Amino acid sequence: MPVPSLPEATALLCIFSILLVPFAGAGLALINTGLGRSRSAAHSMMAALCVFAVAAIVYFFCGFAWQGFMGRSAHVFMMGGKPWNWIASEPFFFRGLQLDGSPASLAAWMQMLCVGLAALIPLGSGADRWRLGAICISTALLAGCVYPLFAHWVWGGGWLAQLGVNYGLGHGFMDVGGASSIQVLGGFTALAIAWILGPRRGKYSMEGMPTAFPGHNIVFVLFGCLLALVGWIGLNSAGAILFIGVEPGRIVLIAVNTTLAAASATLTAAIITRVRFGKPDASLSANGWVSGLVASSAACALISPAAAVMIGLAAGALVTFAVELFELRLALDDPGGAISVHAIGGIWGILALGFFAHFPTRALNNVAGSTASSAGNGAPGQWLAQLVGIATLLGFVLPLTYGLNWLLNRIYPQRVAMEGERQGMDLHELGAGAYPEFITHTEEFMQR
Amino acid sequence: MKLAGLFLLVAGWIIALAAVALFSSATPRAWFVLAGVAVELLGLALVFHSHLELRKERG
Repeated sequence: MPVPSLPEATALLCIFSILLVPFAGAGLALINTGLGRSRSAAHSMMAALCVFAVAAIVYFFCGFAWQGFMGRSAHVFMMGGKPWNWIASEPFFFRGLQLDGSPASLAAWMQMLCVGLAALIPLGSGADRWRLGAICISTALLAGCVYPLFAHWVWGGGWLAQLGVNYGLGHGFMDVGGASSIQVLGGFTALAIAWILGPRRGKYSMEGMPTAFPGHNIVFVLFGCLLALVGWIGLNSAGAILFIGVEPGRIVLIAVNTTLAAASATLTAAIITRVRFGKPDASLSANGWVSGLVASSAACALISPAAAVMIGLAAGALVTFAVELFELRLALDDPGGAISVHAIGGIWGILALGFFAHFPTRALNNVAGSTASSAGNGAPGQWLAQLVGIATLLGFVLPLTYGLNWLLNRIYPQRVAMEGERQGMDLHELGAGAYPEFITHTEEFMQR
Repeated sequence: MKLAGLFLLVAGWIIALAAVALFSSATPRAWFVLAGVAVELLGLALVFHSHLELRKERG
Protein backbone atom coordinates (compact mmCIF):
# COMPACT_ATOMS: atom_id res chain seq x y z
CA MET A 1 0.00 0.00 0.00
CA PRO A 2 1.15 3.57 -0.52
CA VAL A 3 2.94 5.28 2.32
CA PRO A 4 0.36 7.88 3.48
CA SER A 5 2.83 10.10 5.28
CA LEU A 6 6.22 9.90 6.91
CA PRO A 7 6.95 10.56 10.59
CA GLU A 8 8.64 13.94 10.98
CA ALA A 9 12.07 12.51 11.86
CA THR A 10 11.96 10.13 8.90
CA ALA A 11 10.90 12.94 6.56
CA LEU A 12 13.78 15.11 7.79
CA LEU A 13 16.25 12.27 7.30
CA CYS A 14 14.86 11.72 3.82
CA ILE A 15 15.24 15.43 2.98
CA PHE A 16 18.83 15.37 4.23
CA SER A 17 19.54 12.26 2.15
CA ILE A 18 18.06 13.84 -1.00
CA LEU A 19 20.23 16.93 -0.40
CA LEU A 20 23.28 14.66 -0.73
CA VAL A 21 22.23 13.24 -4.13
CA PRO A 22 23.75 16.10 -6.25
CA PHE A 23 27.17 15.05 -4.92
CA ALA A 24 26.79 11.85 -6.92
CA GLY A 25 26.23 13.97 -10.02
CA ALA A 26 29.21 16.18 -9.21
CA GLY A 27 31.35 13.07 -8.74
CA LEU A 28 30.30 11.53 -12.04
CA ALA A 29 30.84 14.84 -13.85
CA LEU A 30 34.38 15.10 -12.46
CA ILE A 31 35.11 11.47 -13.34
CA ASN A 32 33.88 11.92 -16.92
CA THR A 33 35.89 15.12 -17.30
CA GLY A 34 39.06 13.67 -15.85
CA LEU A 35 38.91 10.58 -18.04
CA GLY A 36 38.40 12.72 -21.15
CA ARG A 37 40.96 14.87 -22.92
CA SER A 38 42.17 18.28 -21.77
CA ARG A 39 40.83 20.00 -24.88
CA SER A 40 37.26 18.83 -24.05
CA ALA A 41 37.29 19.42 -20.28
CA ALA A 42 35.19 22.60 -20.19
CA HIS A 43 32.76 21.06 -22.68
CA SER A 44 32.38 18.00 -20.46
CA MET A 45 31.54 20.03 -17.34
CA MET A 46 29.26 22.34 -19.31
CA ALA A 47 27.49 19.29 -20.75
CA ALA A 48 27.00 17.88 -17.23
CA LEU A 49 25.37 21.13 -16.11
CA CYS A 50 23.16 21.26 -19.20
CA VAL A 51 22.15 17.63 -18.68
CA PHE A 52 21.02 18.36 -15.11
CA ALA A 53 19.13 21.46 -16.28
CA VAL A 54 17.35 19.80 -19.20
CA ALA A 55 16.55 16.67 -17.19
CA ALA A 56 15.01 18.68 -14.33
CA ILE A 57 12.85 20.80 -16.63
CA VAL A 58 11.66 17.91 -18.80
CA TYR A 59 10.95 15.79 -15.73
CA PHE A 60 8.92 18.68 -14.28
CA PHE A 61 7.09 19.08 -17.59
CA CYS A 62 6.07 15.46 -18.27
CA GLY A 63 8.40 13.00 -16.53
CA PHE A 64 6.61 12.85 -13.20
CA ALA A 65 3.25 12.71 -14.98
CA TRP A 66 4.28 9.38 -16.50
CA GLN A 67 6.29 8.04 -13.58
CA GLY A 68 3.94 8.91 -10.74
CA PHE A 69 4.19 7.39 -7.31
CA MET A 70 2.78 4.23 -5.82
CA GLY A 71 -0.85 4.41 -4.88
CA ARG A 72 -1.56 7.37 -7.17
CA SER A 73 -3.49 7.34 -10.45
CA ALA A 74 -2.20 5.10 -13.23
CA HIS A 75 -3.30 3.29 -16.37
CA VAL A 76 -3.90 -0.41 -15.74
CA PHE A 77 -4.90 -3.15 -18.16
CA MET A 78 -5.90 -6.70 -17.36
CA MET A 79 -4.00 -9.71 -18.68
CA GLY A 80 -4.93 -13.22 -17.61
CA GLY A 81 -7.12 -11.75 -14.89
CA LYS A 82 -4.21 -9.84 -13.34
CA PRO A 83 -3.77 -6.06 -13.35
CA TRP A 84 -0.75 -4.70 -15.27
CA ASN A 85 0.01 -1.17 -14.16
CA TRP A 86 2.07 0.28 -17.01
CA ILE A 87 2.09 4.08 -16.84
CA ALA A 88 1.07 6.79 -14.39
CA SER A 89 -1.65 9.27 -15.29
CA GLU A 90 -0.67 12.35 -13.31
CA PRO A 91 -1.25 15.85 -14.68
CA PHE A 92 1.75 17.62 -16.28
CA PHE A 93 3.83 20.30 -14.50
CA PHE A 94 3.50 18.68 -11.04
CA ARG A 95 -0.14 19.82 -10.93
CA GLY A 96 -2.03 17.76 -8.39
CA LEU A 97 1.14 17.24 -6.37
CA GLN A 98 1.29 18.97 -2.99
CA LEU A 99 4.92 20.02 -2.43
CA ASP A 100 4.55 19.69 1.31
CA GLY A 101 6.94 16.96 2.42
CA SER A 102 4.59 14.13 1.59
CA PRO A 103 6.26 10.95 0.27
CA ALA A 104 5.04 11.69 -3.28
CA SER A 105 6.51 15.20 -3.22
CA LEU A 106 9.82 13.95 -1.80
CA ALA A 107 9.90 11.26 -4.48
CA ALA A 108 9.26 13.85 -7.20
CA TRP A 109 12.13 16.01 -5.91
CA MET A 110 14.45 13.03 -5.62
CA GLN A 111 13.54 11.76 -9.08
CA MET A 112 14.21 15.17 -10.59
CA LEU A 113 17.82 14.71 -9.44
CA CYS A 114 17.97 10.99 -10.27
CA VAL A 115 16.94 11.51 -13.87
CA GLY A 116 19.81 13.98 -14.22
CA LEU A 117 22.14 11.38 -12.76
CA ALA A 118 20.95 8.77 -15.28
CA ALA A 119 21.42 11.22 -18.13
CA LEU A 120 24.97 12.07 -16.96
CA ILE A 121 26.12 8.49 -17.52
CA PRO A 122 26.14 8.55 -21.36
CA LEU A 123 28.45 11.61 -21.24
CA GLY A 124 31.21 9.16 -20.28
CA SER A 125 30.83 7.08 -23.44
CA GLY A 126 30.26 10.03 -25.77
CA ALA A 127 33.19 12.11 -24.47
CA ASP A 128 35.29 14.16 -26.91
CA ARG A 129 32.85 13.82 -29.85
CA TRP A 130 29.23 14.32 -28.73
CA ARG A 131 27.71 17.69 -29.67
CA LEU A 132 26.20 19.79 -26.89
CA GLY A 133 22.91 20.30 -28.74
CA ALA A 134 22.54 16.58 -29.31
CA ILE A 135 23.36 15.91 -25.64
CA CYS A 136 20.50 18.19 -24.58
CA ILE A 137 17.95 16.63 -26.96
CA SER A 138 19.04 13.10 -26.05
CA THR A 139 18.69 14.01 -22.36
CA ALA A 140 15.18 15.33 -23.02
CA LEU A 141 14.24 12.01 -24.62
CA LEU A 142 15.64 10.10 -21.65
CA ALA A 143 14.03 12.33 -19.01
CA GLY A 144 10.70 12.64 -20.77
CA CYS A 145 10.19 9.14 -22.08
CA VAL A 146 12.54 6.24 -21.23
CA TYR A 147 13.25 7.02 -17.58
CA PRO A 148 9.71 7.81 -16.36
CA LEU A 149 8.27 4.71 -17.98
CA PHE A 150 10.78 2.26 -16.51
CA ALA A 151 10.95 4.06 -13.16
CA HIS A 152 7.16 3.80 -12.91
CA TRP A 153 7.38 0.05 -13.36
CA VAL A 154 9.97 -0.22 -10.58
CA TRP A 155 9.14 2.59 -8.14
CA GLY A 156 5.68 3.78 -9.09
CA GLY A 157 3.83 0.59 -8.21
CA GLY A 158 4.11 -0.61 -11.81
CA TRP A 159 3.88 -4.17 -13.11
CA LEU A 160 7.50 -5.06 -12.24
CA ALA A 161 6.94 -4.07 -8.60
CA GLN A 162 3.71 -6.08 -8.62
CA LEU A 163 5.29 -9.33 -9.80
CA GLY A 164 5.22 -10.53 -6.18
CA VAL A 165 1.56 -9.71 -5.60
CA ASN A 166 0.29 -10.91 -8.94
CA TYR A 167 2.52 -13.87 -9.72
CA GLY A 168 4.14 -14.82 -6.43
CA LEU A 169 7.67 -13.84 -7.51
CA GLY A 170 9.16 -12.88 -4.15
CA HIS A 171 8.38 -9.27 -3.30
CA GLY A 172 8.27 -8.30 -6.95
CA PHE A 173 11.18 -6.66 -8.75
CA MET A 174 13.12 -4.67 -6.19
CA ASP A 175 15.67 -1.93 -6.54
CA VAL A 176 16.28 0.25 -3.51
CA GLY A 177 18.66 2.90 -4.85
CA GLY A 178 18.26 2.84 -8.62
CA ALA A 179 20.69 0.20 -9.89
CA SER A 180 18.21 -0.50 -12.68
CA SER A 181 16.24 2.67 -13.30
CA ILE A 182 19.23 5.01 -12.96
CA GLN A 183 22.40 3.00 -13.54
CA VAL A 184 21.56 0.29 -16.07
CA LEU A 185 19.21 2.62 -17.94
CA GLY A 186 22.00 5.21 -18.14
CA GLY A 187 24.54 2.52 -19.01
CA PHE A 188 22.41 1.20 -21.87
CA THR A 189 21.93 4.73 -23.17
CA ALA A 190 25.73 5.07 -23.01
CA LEU A 191 25.99 1.89 -25.09
CA ALA A 192 23.52 3.22 -27.66
CA ILE A 193 25.46 6.50 -27.86
CA ALA A 194 28.80 4.67 -28.28
CA TRP A 195 27.30 2.61 -31.13
CA ILE A 196 25.78 5.66 -32.83
CA LEU A 197 28.77 8.01 -32.48
CA GLY A 198 31.46 5.46 -33.28
CA PRO A 199 34.99 5.66 -31.85
CA ARG A 200 37.06 8.82 -31.52
CA ARG A 201 39.25 9.69 -34.45
CA GLY A 202 42.51 7.73 -34.20
CA LYS A 203 41.24 5.37 -31.51
CA TYR A 204 41.56 2.27 -33.67
CA SER A 205 44.26 1.50 -36.22
CA MET A 206 43.44 0.07 -39.64
CA GLU A 207 44.08 -3.38 -38.15
CA GLY A 208 41.53 -2.68 -35.41
CA MET A 209 44.05 -2.29 -32.59
CA PRO A 210 43.00 0.32 -30.01
CA THR A 211 45.25 3.23 -29.06
CA ALA A 212 45.32 4.25 -25.39
CA PHE A 213 43.99 7.78 -24.77
CA PRO A 214 44.83 8.33 -21.09
CA GLY A 215 42.52 10.54 -19.07
CA HIS A 216 43.88 14.07 -18.75
CA ASN A 217 43.38 14.54 -14.99
CA ILE A 218 43.35 11.53 -12.71
CA VAL A 219 43.06 13.80 -9.65
CA PHE A 220 39.60 14.88 -10.87
CA VAL A 221 38.71 11.23 -11.30
CA LEU A 222 39.78 10.14 -7.83
CA PHE A 223 38.25 13.16 -6.11
CA GLY A 224 35.07 12.49 -8.08
CA CYS A 225 34.99 8.99 -6.61
CA LEU A 226 35.00 10.36 -3.05
CA LEU A 227 32.26 12.88 -3.88
CA ALA A 228 30.23 10.13 -5.50
CA LEU A 229 30.33 8.09 -2.28
CA VAL A 230 28.59 10.90 -0.37
CA GLY A 231 25.97 11.22 -3.08
CA TRP A 232 25.41 7.48 -3.26
CA ILE A 233 24.81 7.18 0.46
CA GLY A 234 22.14 9.87 0.08
CA LEU A 235 20.67 8.20 -2.98
CA ASN A 236 20.47 4.75 -1.40
CA SER A 237 19.11 6.11 1.88
CA ALA A 238 16.42 8.26 0.28
CA GLY A 239 15.39 5.41 -2.01
CA ALA A 240 15.15 3.00 0.89
CA ILE A 241 12.96 5.38 2.91
CA LEU A 242 10.66 6.32 0.04
CA PHE A 243 10.37 3.09 -1.92
CA ILE A 244 10.63 0.29 0.59
CA GLY A 245 9.75 2.16 3.75
CA VAL A 246 12.78 1.38 5.94
CA GLU A 247 12.94 2.84 9.42
CA PRO A 248 15.54 5.61 10.05
CA GLY A 249 17.86 3.37 12.07
CA ARG A 250 18.52 1.23 9.03
CA ILE A 251 20.27 4.15 7.29
CA VAL A 252 23.43 3.17 9.18
CA LEU A 253 23.38 -0.26 7.57
CA ILE A 254 22.83 1.34 4.15
CA ALA A 255 25.79 3.70 4.59
CA VAL A 256 28.03 0.88 5.82
CA ASN A 257 27.03 -1.41 2.94
CA THR A 258 27.48 1.30 0.32
CA THR A 259 30.95 2.13 1.62
CA LEU A 260 32.00 -1.53 1.91
CA ALA A 261 30.84 -2.37 -1.62
CA ALA A 262 32.80 0.56 -3.08
CA ALA A 263 35.86 -0.22 -0.97
CA SER A 264 36.02 -3.91 -1.85
CA ALA A 265 35.37 -3.18 -5.53
CA THR A 266 38.17 -0.65 -5.79
CA LEU A 267 40.65 -2.89 -3.95
CA THR A 268 39.73 -5.80 -6.22
CA ALA A 269 40.25 -3.67 -9.32
CA ALA A 270 43.57 -2.38 -7.94
CA ILE A 271 44.79 -5.90 -7.14
CA ILE A 272 43.72 -7.33 -10.49
CA THR A 273 45.44 -4.54 -12.43
CA ARG A 274 48.53 -4.87 -10.20
CA VAL A 275 48.73 -8.59 -10.93
CA ARG A 276 48.06 -8.22 -14.65
CA PHE A 277 49.98 -5.06 -15.51
CA GLY A 278 52.58 -4.82 -12.75
CA LYS A 279 51.14 -1.64 -11.21
CA PRO A 280 47.67 -0.75 -9.95
CA ASP A 281 45.79 1.24 -12.58
CA ALA A 282 44.27 4.40 -11.09
CA SER A 283 41.53 4.87 -13.68
CA LEU A 284 40.41 1.24 -13.53
CA SER A 285 40.49 1.35 -9.72
CA ALA A 286 38.27 4.45 -9.89
CA ASN A 287 35.95 2.59 -12.25
CA GLY A 288 35.94 -0.24 -9.72
CA TRP A 289 34.94 2.17 -6.95
CA VAL A 290 31.98 3.50 -8.92
CA SER A 291 30.95 0.04 -10.03
CA GLY A 292 30.89 -1.02 -6.37
CA LEU A 293 28.63 1.94 -5.61
CA VAL A 294 26.40 1.05 -8.55
CA ALA A 295 26.16 -2.61 -7.56
CA SER A 296 25.37 -1.67 -3.95
CA SER A 297 22.39 0.44 -4.99
CA ALA A 298 19.92 -2.37 -5.62
CA ALA A 299 20.15 -4.21 -2.32
CA CYS A 300 21.97 -1.92 0.13
CA ALA A 301 19.12 -1.92 2.67
CA LEU A 302 18.49 -5.65 2.51
CA ILE A 303 21.90 -7.28 2.82
CA SER A 304 24.48 -7.89 5.51
CA PRO A 305 27.82 -6.04 5.41
CA ALA A 306 29.54 -9.32 4.46
CA ALA A 307 27.25 -9.65 1.44
CA ALA A 308 28.05 -6.03 0.49
CA VAL A 309 31.76 -6.94 0.46
CA MET A 310 31.00 -9.96 -1.76
CA ILE A 311 28.95 -7.80 -4.15
CA GLY A 312 31.76 -5.26 -4.30
CA LEU A 313 34.41 -7.93 -4.93
CA ALA A 314 32.50 -9.27 -7.92
CA ALA A 315 31.72 -5.76 -9.23
CA GLY A 316 35.38 -4.74 -9.08
CA ALA A 317 36.48 -7.86 -10.93
CA LEU A 318 33.72 -7.57 -13.53
CA VAL A 319 34.52 -3.97 -14.39
CA THR A 320 38.20 -4.56 -15.13
CA PHE A 321 37.42 -7.36 -17.57
CA ALA A 322 34.39 -5.60 -19.08
CA VAL A 323 36.42 -2.47 -19.91
CA GLU A 324 38.94 -4.64 -21.75
CA LEU A 325 36.24 -6.68 -23.50
CA PHE A 326 34.44 -3.61 -24.82
CA GLU A 327 37.57 -1.79 -25.92
CA LEU A 328 39.65 -4.65 -27.35
CA ARG A 329 37.17 -7.24 -28.58
CA LEU A 330 34.01 -5.26 -29.31
CA ALA A 331 35.59 -2.05 -30.66
CA LEU A 332 33.50 0.17 -28.41
CA ASP A 333 35.17 3.45 -27.58
CA ASP A 334 33.88 4.32 -24.10
CA PRO A 335 36.35 6.85 -22.62
CA GLY A 336 34.65 7.00 -19.22
CA GLY A 337 33.98 3.27 -18.89
CA ALA A 338 30.29 4.12 -18.49
CA ILE A 339 28.99 0.92 -20.05
CA SER A 340 31.15 -1.40 -17.95
CA VAL A 341 30.62 0.52 -14.72
CA HIS A 342 26.93 1.36 -14.89
CA ALA A 343 25.38 -1.30 -17.13
CA ILE A 344 27.44 -4.33 -16.05
CA GLY A 345 27.79 -3.22 -12.41
CA GLY A 346 24.07 -2.42 -12.24
CA ILE A 347 22.98 -5.74 -13.72
CA TRP A 348 25.18 -7.56 -11.21
CA GLY A 349 23.69 -5.53 -8.36
CA ILE A 350 20.12 -6.31 -9.44
CA LEU A 351 20.87 -10.02 -9.71
CA ALA A 352 22.76 -10.04 -6.40
CA LEU A 353 19.66 -8.79 -4.59
CA GLY A 354 17.90 -12.01 -5.58
CA PHE A 355 20.64 -14.09 -3.98
CA PHE A 356 21.78 -12.09 -0.95
CA ALA A 357 18.74 -10.11 0.23
CA HIS A 358 17.06 -10.77 3.56
CA PHE A 359 13.66 -9.24 4.08
CA PRO A 360 13.17 -7.82 7.54
CA THR A 361 9.48 -6.96 7.32
CA ARG A 362 6.42 -8.15 5.48
CA ALA A 363 5.55 -4.77 3.98
CA LEU A 364 8.20 -4.25 1.37
CA ASN A 365 7.97 -2.67 -2.07
CA ASN A 366 4.92 -0.75 -0.87
CA VAL A 367 2.65 -2.86 -3.01
CA ALA A 368 -0.40 -4.34 -1.34
CA GLY A 369 0.05 -8.01 -0.52
CA SER A 370 3.79 -8.02 -1.21
CA THR A 371 4.33 -10.71 1.36
CA ALA A 372 6.27 -13.49 -0.20
CA SER A 373 8.15 -14.96 2.70
CA SER A 374 8.56 -14.99 6.38
CA ALA A 375 10.66 -12.26 7.92
CA GLY A 376 14.38 -12.76 7.94
CA ASN A 377 14.61 -15.07 4.96
CA GLY A 378 15.14 -14.67 1.29
CA ALA A 379 11.95 -14.70 -0.77
CA PRO A 380 11.26 -17.64 -3.07
CA GLY A 381 11.11 -16.47 -6.65
CA GLN A 382 12.87 -13.19 -5.88
CA TRP A 383 15.74 -14.06 -8.21
CA LEU A 384 13.23 -14.68 -11.00
CA ALA A 385 11.60 -11.29 -10.42
CA GLN A 386 15.06 -9.72 -10.65
CA LEU A 387 15.73 -11.66 -13.86
CA VAL A 388 12.47 -10.42 -15.40
CA GLY A 389 13.62 -6.89 -14.55
CA ILE A 390 16.94 -7.47 -16.31
CA ALA A 391 15.08 -8.98 -19.30
CA THR A 392 12.98 -5.80 -19.42
CA LEU A 393 16.07 -3.60 -19.40
CA LEU A 394 17.62 -5.63 -22.21
CA GLY A 395 14.49 -6.17 -24.28
CA PHE A 396 12.67 -2.90 -23.78
CA VAL A 397 14.95 -0.14 -22.48
CA LEU A 398 17.96 -0.85 -24.72
CA PRO A 399 16.00 -1.04 -28.01
CA LEU A 400 13.91 2.00 -27.02
CA THR A 401 16.85 4.19 -26.08
CA TYR A 402 18.82 3.03 -29.13
CA GLY A 403 15.83 3.65 -31.42
CA LEU A 404 15.19 7.14 -30.07
CA ASN A 405 18.85 8.16 -30.30
CA TRP A 406 19.17 6.61 -33.77
CA LEU A 407 16.15 8.63 -34.90
CA LEU A 408 17.59 11.77 -33.35
CA ASN A 409 20.88 11.12 -35.14
CA ARG A 410 19.02 10.95 -38.49
CA ILE A 411 17.40 14.32 -37.86
CA TYR A 412 20.21 16.06 -35.98
CA PRO A 413 23.65 14.42 -36.34
CA GLN A 414 24.99 13.80 -32.87
CA ARG A 415 28.68 13.53 -33.66
CA VAL A 416 30.76 16.66 -34.00
CA ALA A 417 32.31 17.45 -37.39
CA MET A 418 35.85 16.16 -38.00
CA GLU A 419 37.23 19.67 -37.64
CA GLY A 420 35.65 19.98 -34.20
CA GLU A 421 37.18 16.73 -33.05
CA ARG A 422 40.59 17.82 -34.29
CA GLN A 423 40.30 21.23 -32.65
CA GLY A 424 38.81 19.94 -29.39
CA MET A 425 35.26 20.30 -28.15
CA ASP A 426 36.09 23.29 -25.94
CA LEU A 427 37.25 25.57 -28.70
CA HIS A 428 34.86 24.22 -31.31
CA GLU A 429 31.66 24.33 -29.29
CA LEU A 430 32.35 26.80 -26.50
CA GLY A 431 34.96 29.06 -28.04
CA ALA A 432 37.33 28.81 -25.07
CA GLY A 433 39.39 26.08 -23.44
CA ALA A 434 39.35 24.86 -19.86
CA TYR A 435 43.03 25.60 -19.33
CA PRO A 436 43.82 28.75 -21.32
CA GLU A 437 47.27 29.17 -19.76
CA PHE A 438 48.45 25.81 -21.06
CA ILE A 439 49.23 24.74 -24.59
CA THR A 440 46.39 22.59 -25.90
CA HIS A 441 47.70 19.43 -27.46
CA THR A 442 45.58 18.71 -30.46
CA GLU A 443 47.14 15.80 -32.28
CA GLU A 444 49.18 14.04 -29.64
CA PHE A 445 47.37 10.74 -29.93
CA MET A 446 46.54 10.75 -33.60
CA GLN A 447 47.66 7.85 -35.78
CA ARG A 448 50.27 8.93 -38.26
CA MET B 1 21.77 -7.58 -39.01
CA LYS B 2 21.56 -4.88 -36.32
CA LEU B 3 17.82 -4.75 -36.83
CA ALA B 4 17.57 -8.53 -36.44
CA GLY B 5 19.56 -8.27 -33.20
CA LEU B 6 17.25 -5.58 -31.84
CA PHE B 7 14.27 -7.67 -32.88
CA LEU B 8 15.69 -10.62 -30.92
CA LEU B 9 16.13 -8.39 -27.86
CA VAL B 10 12.44 -7.48 -27.95
CA ALA B 11 11.41 -11.07 -28.75
CA GLY B 12 13.34 -12.39 -25.74
CA TRP B 13 11.62 -9.88 -23.50
CA ILE B 14 8.21 -10.93 -24.80
CA ILE B 15 9.08 -14.60 -24.13
CA ALA B 16 10.00 -13.70 -20.54
CA LEU B 17 6.77 -11.71 -20.10
CA ALA B 18 4.68 -14.48 -21.59
CA ALA B 19 6.32 -17.00 -19.27
CA VAL B 20 5.37 -14.90 -16.24
CA ALA B 21 1.81 -14.39 -17.41
CA LEU B 22 1.02 -17.85 -18.79
CA PHE B 23 2.71 -20.37 -16.49
CA SER B 24 1.48 -20.84 -12.98
CA SER B 25 4.03 -23.38 -11.76
CA ALA B 26 7.49 -22.22 -10.84
CA THR B 27 9.74 -24.57 -12.83
CA PRO B 28 8.47 -24.05 -16.41
CA ARG B 29 8.11 -20.34 -15.70
CA ALA B 30 11.74 -20.11 -14.60
CA TRP B 31 12.98 -22.09 -17.63
CA PHE B 32 11.01 -19.94 -20.06
CA VAL B 33 12.23 -16.71 -18.47
CA LEU B 34 15.78 -18.05 -18.77
CA ALA B 35 15.09 -18.95 -22.41
CA GLY B 36 13.85 -15.40 -22.99
CA VAL B 37 17.05 -13.97 -21.50
CA ALA B 38 19.09 -16.37 -23.68
CA VAL B 39 17.30 -15.06 -26.79
CA GLU B 40 18.09 -11.53 -25.65
CA LEU B 41 21.77 -12.38 -25.22
CA LEU B 42 21.76 -13.81 -28.73
CA GLY B 43 20.25 -10.57 -29.97
CA LEU B 44 22.86 -8.56 -28.09
CA ALA B 45 25.64 -10.66 -29.63
CA LEU B 46 24.17 -10.03 -33.07
CA VAL B 47 24.04 -6.27 -32.52
CA PHE B 48 27.67 -6.25 -31.32
CA HIS B 49 28.67 -8.36 -34.32
CA SER B 50 26.96 -6.00 -36.75
CA HIS B 51 28.70 -3.07 -35.05
CA LEU B 52 32.07 -4.79 -35.57
CA GLU B 53 31.26 -5.54 -39.22
CA LEU B 54 30.29 -1.93 -39.78
CA ARG B 55 33.55 -0.76 -38.22
CA LYS B 56 35.55 -3.06 -40.51
CA GLU B 57 33.66 -1.81 -43.59
CA ARG B 58 34.37 1.81 -42.71
CA GLY B 59 38.00 1.02 -41.87
